[in-house]
Amino acid sequence: MALSARLKGLLLTALLLAVFVGAWHLATLPKAAPQAAESEYSKLVGAQAAVGQKSAFPTPADFGAKLLEHLKNPFYDKGANDKGIGVQLAYSIGRVLLGFLLAALVAVPVGFLIGMSPLVYRALDPFIQVLKPISPLAWMPLALFTLKDSNVSAVFVIFVCSIWPMLINTAFGVASVRREWLNVARTLEVSSLRKAFAVILPAAAPTIMTGMRISIGIAWLVIVAAEMLVGGTGIGYFVWNEWNNLSITNILSGILAIGLVGMALDFLFGRLQRAVTYTE
Amino acid sequence: MPSFRSACACGHHRSQGEHDRAMAADQVVEEALFRALFPDRALRRRFLATVGAGTALAALASVFPLGAAKEAFAQGAGKIEKPKLKVGFIPITCATPIIMAHPMGFYAKHGLDVEVVKTAGWAVIRDKTLNKEYDAAHMLSPMPLAITLGAGATPVPYTMPAVENINGQAITLAIKHKEKRDPKTWKGFKFAVPFDYSMHNYLLRYYVAEHGLDPDTDIQIRAVPPPEMVANLRADNIDGFLAPDPVNQRAVYDGVGFIHTLSKDIWEGHPCCAFAASKEFVTTMPNTYRALLKAIIDATAYATKPDHRKEIAAAIAPPNYLNQPVTVVEQVLTGTFADGLGNVRTVPDRIAFDPFPWHSFAVWILTQMKRWGQLKGEVDYQKVAREVFLATDATRLMSEAGLTPPKSTYKSFSVMGKAFDPVKPAEYVASFAIKRV
Repeated sequence: MALSARLKGLLLTALLLAVFVGAWHLATLPKAAPQAAESEYSKLVGAQAAVGQKSAFPTPADFGAKLLEHLKNPFYDKGANDKGIGVQLAYSIGRVLLGFLLAALVAVPVGFLIGMSPLVYRALDPFIQVLKPISPLAWMPLALFTLKDSNVSAVFVIFVCSIWPMLINTAFGVASVRREWLNVARTLEVSSLRKAFAVILPAAAPTIMTGMRISIGIAWLVIVAAEMLVGGTGIGYFVWNEWNNLSITNILSGILAIGLVGMALDFLFGRLQRAVTYTE
Repeated sequence: MPSFRSACACGHHRSQGEHDRAMAADQVVEEALFRALFPDRALRRRFLATVGAGTALAALASVFPLGAAKEAFAQGAGKIEKPKLKVGFIPITCATPIIMAHPMGFYAKHGLDVEVVKTAGWAVIRDKTLNKEYDAAHMLSPMPLAITLGAGATPVPYTMPAVENINGQAITLAIKHKEKRDPKTWKGFKFAVPFDYSMHNYLLRYYVAEHGLDPDTDIQIRAVPPPEMVANLRADNIDGFLAPDPVNQRAVYDGVGFIHTLSKDIWEGHPCCAFAASKEFVTTMPNTYRALLKAIIDATAYATKPDHRKEIAAAIAPPNYLNQPVTVVEQVLTGTFADGLGNVRTVPDRIAFDPFPWHSFAVWILTQMKRWGQLKGEVDYQKVAREVFLATDATRLMSEAGLTPPKSTYKSFSVMGKAFDPVKPAEYVASFAIKRV
């Protein structure tokens, strides 16, 4: 029965996709425009402009062909400004993981401290409340100005955007460890370091992982925008570069790739989250 | 007015003293060569007396790279301090010399391994150059002036050793404004220019102001990076733009706009983009700077020939550089183009390349900065022009690249029929009816 429910879901997904692609196909069918005569002028402009139209949105077939082209050779490198979509994705993933890792190194210990000490919580809370809602991209000009390196700035922006969910979730997870467990630890005269690693960390782990999952999602959203700003490499740069060329098919390929990688990252952290979850 | 002329006899040197020193150095090389060829002193004297030193030199130069020998001597050690360089560019045809020097081997020819890096916008290219991520960059010619004066940036001494292109911009309007060709009907229009400190901004302001519109109140001008302009025009966010190519031609290619006027019809021979580097780069790495400038002036010299334009278009159109259809770039460079209204126009000097950084250009730009309130207070127009626009080096390298550099660094010109006298900048600013002074 369970299998058939899953099968039904899959069928419905396929159906929705077919409807979407079909609608797209119908909407972008080339209009039966009068064929322009082969004039000198029509050779100098795009096919649509030759008959007095704006250039059209690509059809699903155009997009499919372009996607296939990208998939055939995702790792080519034709110079500093022209690399395959796979190479660009690797750059973006690298930046996200680096920024995320640095954020985790700061957020988890600080979150621990905040969660364990109400005094530290009160002292740091105003800062967190002010800094948390700032769009990470607003940091970009400041980062470029002070860090003086666009690559480091992009990583910094990822760091800033992924730190808050982790910090807050860690603090919350640590603060809400059940009193009984802490009391048991105290009765057994466990050292505070051991208490932190053997009692609090496992107890707070699911909440911390949730924070990390949220963070990586945000980081992936932000990297695209950051790379569109600073350029050079990465999937955000790829999308920007193709916007420059007004190539909708390439932009769509980029969007699809961004979605798939985002899904993969979320799936990975979902797995990790499940691995540390416990039932009381 | 001695400061308006080159200070030495040949016009290649900053002062007569420097001229003499350079001439002396050249003579040392020539004499050494003669001595090597005719070790016997009497024979040498007789040879020179019969044919004359000039003729002898010319004959020798045809078999011996005398120019290169003199050059190597003048450079002393001549070692390039940093052969691996990064040069930033914005994907527009103004950057043609900087870009083409890469695929066509001009950098390699001068012993440099340059990586040309596409950059997302002018503010980013400015910051990346100030950060020293780029050793030199493609900038808008007003930017080095603005950076040096600290307008819109922290003041950093900046230099502009060469202009890249002259002309090559256009006012493009959305197709729906086909009938509104008179600027007086443009009230309420929204225009895009690439950057606040750009020739585009100053030319558009000048153009509408000459037609009686106040660019600050009657129309709206916003800074939009060139690549986003066509998309915005298509989405009806803006009514038009004064933009670098290939943006104008791309709007025509995609059927969203038409070319209202070429910028050469506003000011024939105006500068647009420039090759810029920090003063620090110029002074701490003189040999690298010289080789880089030489590569770019060589490329510029190559681009001035109309026969080469198709080949250049094919070299710079691929995704690694401009990322545009070849026909769009070709129409811009050859000047035979579709105007978006169904006509094919032929304007061979739609874009031209001339590296000479005229001091009078700098003064004009400064007057416009002053006119529109970007500069406050007193401005020493000539001094800033001299410090930022490095005309001396360009003069020397241009003649080596086979171009003819001008004798003076100042010239008068007229913009939309109104004469500009570079000696009287303050009077020029005061003469406008619409201004923010």
